[in-house]
Amino acid sequence: MTWPAHGTPPGWTTPAGPSCGPLPVTSARAGAVGPHGPGAPSSGPATAPAASGIPAAAPAAGAAAGIAGPGQMRARLEETGYLVDDGLAVACYLALTLHRPIFCEGDAGVGKTALAHALAEALGAPLIRLQCYEGIDASQALYDWDFPRQLLHLRAAEAAGVSDPGTLEGELYSRRFLLARPLLRALETSPSVLLVDEVDRADDEFEAFLLELLSEYSVTVPELGTLRAQSPPVVVLTSNRTREVHDALKRRCLYHWFEHPGFERELAIVRRRQPHVAARLASQVTAVVQCLREQDLVRPPGVAETIDWAEALAALGATELDADLAMTTLGSVLKYREDAERARSLDLSEILATRAGGSR
Amino acid sequence: MSTVRTVTADGTAGVVGFARALRAAGVPAGPDRVAAFLAALGRLDPGRRRDVYWAGRLTLCGGPDDLERYDRVFAAFFDGERPPRRVRPAVRPVRPPAVPRAEPGERTTEEGGEGPTATALASATEVLRHRDVAVLTAAERAQLNQLLAVFALDGEPRRSSRRRPARRGGVDPRRTVRELLRRGGEPAVLLRRAPARKPRRVVLLLDVSGSMAPYADALLRFAHAAAHGSRGRTPTEVFTLGTRLTRVTREMARRDPDAALAAVGAAVPDWSGGTRLGETLRAFLDRWGARGTARGAVVVLLSDGWERGDPALLAAQMRRLARLAHRVVWANPRKARPGYAPLAAGMAAALPSVDAFVEGHSLGALERLAAVVRGADGA
Repeated sequence: MTWPAHGTPPGWTTPAGPSCGPLPVTSARAGAVGPHGPGAPSSGPATAPAASGIPAAAPAAGAAAGIAGPGQMRARLEETGYLVDDGLAVACYLALTLHRPIFCEGDAGVGKTALAHALAEALGAPLIRLQCYEGIDASQALYDWDFPRQLLHLRAAEAAGVSDPGTLEGELYSRRFLLARPLLRALETSPSVLLVDEVDRADDEFEAFLLELLSEYSVTVPELGTLRAQSPPVVVLTSNRTREVHDALKRRCLYHWFEHPGFERELAIVRRRQPHVAARLASQVTAVVQCLREQDLVRPPGVAETIDWAEALAALGATELDADLAMTTLGSVLKYREDAERARSLDLSEILATRAGGSR
Repeated sequence: MSTVRTVTADGTAGVVGFARALRAAGVPAGPDRVAAFLAALGRLDPGRRRDVYWAGRLTLCGGPDDLERYDRVFAAFFDGERPPRRVRPAVRPVRPPAVPRAEPGERTTEEGGEGPTATALASATEVLRHRDVAVLTAAERAQLNQLLAVFALDGEPRRSSRRRPARRGGVDPRRTVRELLRRGGEPAVLLRRAPARKPRRVVLLLDVSGSMAPYADALLRFAHAAAHGSRGRTPTEVFTLGTRLTRVTREMARRDPDAALAAVGAAVPDWSGGTRLGETLRAFLDRWGARGTARGAVVVLLSDGWERGDPALLAAQMRRLARLAHRVVWANPRKARPGYAPLAAGMAAALPSVDAFVEGHSLGALERLAAVVRGADGA
């Protein structure tokens, strides 16, 4: 909704463009600096449609990517090996068409980060990842000036005897000396999928900054001008709920809570991600993990652990799981001593007989 | 499906009615969220129940706590026979009337010393039972003002990884080079930066069981003042413990203490019930603490340590908490009584994992607690 009205709708079906394309700049200081690089696209109108609560009827990105509805979104994601349920399919479809970020919450290892990878693959767009941490700021997330090169350029210009300070200044603060960090790179690359991982680890200052960026999909570099994304990137935010993310940020997003999948679904995911694992082994592993999840554990295993475990067992050459083998490889699934002790007290062979036996 | 049809025919009005019902149930479905819901419906098939459900759930909810409420309201609104307008009272969370629990006699009669008198105790219990905090006596208000004036519960400071410009410290390349460029490339002063100091998060776990009833109101006000006294500096989380865990940070965010306490009263389902400290503490650690809420934080438990469940469970959970938190402070209002010994099974089980064991029965004791949280020597 924030790209210029005449802007090209994003072509999701085309393969990824150059990772650092030319920068369409609506220059804040006309004359001093202009669009740089050959074939820079025409800059957007100075008065781009303002972001409002209700997105304008912009050309549907989903339609351009050949995605007509949640059903098709689901099929596309499943082609990449990422199985989604109804809700997540609707969320992804709406994220594409309404240009709202998806805010993913849920236990660790339920596929929040994997969603961004799958979306990027399904849309044929590059994935740009920003890992949040405490103290992250704009110079690490958005852009920074390449000071050493600026200095070098200044020295070279002095040596060559350049006397026009205006030109020199324009050169110094031009796009070639701007280091694009993940957020700017995502705005410059279209189409792209932006993954803001573990946003709860960043602090409030960064959240406020992110909010501004995600509502406008534009960035103002004081020395250079304003960059508006030609087509907003598909944004996936993940949070592990180490703290409550501010409501203002959540309000901008589509909220999706990831549940642990049921047996059938989890088995399908394991089979899809680890095709070389024997069918019987996969179903046994899934059954045991499902059972472990019902136990009262410090950290219930996620789907990621199920996949890891199946892979580990396959690497050991196993085609069938028995209680002894399960105990020796339990470290793939349970990461706490208390949990491992608890699992040892369970009668795994009985679980294997009753649960996995029928789903051969 | 026919109800869904009428809602679509009714269009925006139906959606707004649905959002009202959601807000009544405690889901923060504000106007901008409703606008997003309408936009989402525009992209989907509003005649299909599944699409309406997911569009609403994705746009109107903001946390896992909202999802269950949303499901309930959605079912009542779209499947129920009631017309939408009459749904509202039906979905309002109905708090079961608190049944006065038969407490062991000695626990209420032994109140003495600096504890509340019998009449104050009765009135405090009454206030808690009905949560009618709109009518506050002048004395209560004065006491509250005193609390608010005195209290700023600041967490113990720690080094943050964010750096701030400083007089001494490491060289700040960004600012130095910027300054250098500003002077035309001439070497200029070296600008420095140092790690900023940030207060640690404070987590208040408040026991609202029957045995704590005489103190609950004052401690809630203390929690409210703590959440506001250092607003924006110390991140503060407030939970209530009883037979179950309730996060009341959102309710505490209201500036007016009366409104905040009324909201807390509506949100907490287990006022003056029993105590299952071990279980509720485990719920806290599973859902919040281990994910990071308690990590590196100063965790304050305000409880008398009366445990109806298994003390071994409480001991195990306290050990977990001690491993996560920077400091575990236990404030026990009963500690002030002459001849007190931590004999309550829960208290005895928890004590080995507690860094500081303080009183919490009076304003002075709470001041002492605030000092301990600030990092003063607590033992």
